[in-house]
Amino acid sequence: MNEKKELQVAALKNGTVIDHIPSDKLFTVVNLLGLQHVDSNITIGNNFESKKLGKKGIIKVADRYFCDEEISRISVVAPNVKLNIIRDYEVVEKKQIVMPDELKGIVKCNNPKCITNNEPMQTWFHVIDKDAGLLKCHYCEKEQQKDNIKLI
Amino acid sequence: MENRSLVTIAEHSKEKILYLLEMAKEFEKCPNRHLLDQKVVATLFFEPSTRTRLSFETAANRLGARVIGFTDPKVTSSSKGETLKDTIMMVSNYADIIVMRHYLEGAARYASEVAPVPIVNAGDGANQHPSQTMLDLYSIYKTQGTLENLNIYLVGDLKYGRTVHSLLMAMRHFNPTFHFVAPRELAMPEEYKLYCKNHHIRYEEHTDFNEEVIADADILYMTRVQRERFTDLMEYERVKDIYILHAKMLEHTRPNLRILHPLPRVNEIAYDVDGNEKAYYFQQARNGLYARQAILCDVLGITLDEVKRDTEK
Repeated sequence: MNEKKELQVAALKNGTVIDHIPSDKLFTVVNLLGLQHVDSNITIGNNFESKKLGKKGIIKVADRYFCDEEISRISVVAPNVKLNIIRDYEVVEKKQIVMPDELKGIVKCNNPKCITNNEPMQTWFHVIDKDAGLLKCHYCEKEQQKDNIKLI
Repeated sequence: MENRSLVTIAEHSKEKILYLLEMAKEFEKCPNRHLLDQKVVATLFFEPSTRTRLSFETAANRLGARVIGFTDPKVTSSSKGETLKDTIMMVSNYADIIVMRHYLEGAARYASEVAPVPIVNAGDGANQHPSQTMLDLYSIYKTQGTLENLNIYLVGDLKYGRTVHSLLMAMRHFNPTFHFVAPRELAMPEEYKLYCKNHHIRYEEHTDFNEEVIADADILYMTRVQRERFTDLMEYERVKDIYILHAKMLEHTRPNLRILHPLPRVNEIAYDVDGNEKAYYFQQARNGLYARQAILCDVLGITLDEVKRDTEK
């Protein structure tokens, strides 16, 4: 069968596949998940063809599963990312990332006069509009767009 | 104990606002009390604000409390690099309540989260200034006999004026009609117009400020048009004299009209208005005392009933 597509990245026995990452956000996602501190096998691929995104990145992490809190961090930069949970080469669960209602310690406030930029403290945002990606700082109450945010 | 801090007026329901106004009315009848005899009130002013500080300290003193605090952060440890949290924790050891003015936005919210004692926000940067809003509401209530169905004209700097934004949000409960009178550069920001739409608050916008525009006003809330707010100084020169209220503009206004201003004024209300019966800005500042007495008592858990019973003794 010459129709069969060649696998672009080696298959995973157990672990998590993070797929459909926009290419320019790949390394941000790596940082958000703290993968540089993970000891298990990690395969990172980038600039693969994607019908939806044009170019996409993919991360395969062996023997590691992520909790919802960790996953929700990714939503800020890459809302359409999909996670496949793999056990014994089979996809046992697919997860679509959902933006959480609150973001704590993930995003920096754009307002230089906000207390969070002047005290050693955690930032806290309320997600007001998930579709529009509108966030509101819990402290200074300024709203900001997801596209303009800086990560901590 | 639940945190009774006052950070923003937006958290208060209609009932709560009316309750606090009722309490302020009690203090106007009799301002000198012993309700806070055993209490220590700290006033921490990380940014100078003489008017607000004097008003809060007078309120505390007239309730019998003792006052500690600072008026200038240069003399405190924050100039040595102490964090806000550490200052708040330290002062919480001494005082029963902290009244705080800070130049950073969100400082009051954060302080209320870390402090074991209640915090009263006396202004945090350009963000919130709830005691000003309470005294504005009390002044409107007192002069009009109601907060319902009023025509309120906000004049001057509607872009940066935090007092007008807070007032607008607090009035959402009372079916007002707003008129925004401002130069284009200082017009009411879109987010507040959106707020009005979402809360079914009627509003009209004007760039002219004259007798005809204000003919139906119940409240004329004046603010200062500051030169430093303009990016285009030609525009400032063009508009600086337009948003000035003169006594002759008041001749055909409604008899119940009252003029408010958060003070300090510079030249936006001509001196010939001061003698007019419709001028109310100095009494408005006095109302700040009663409004702040009500705020201090409420935050410390003293109820309206206790305030009323106190006068019967």
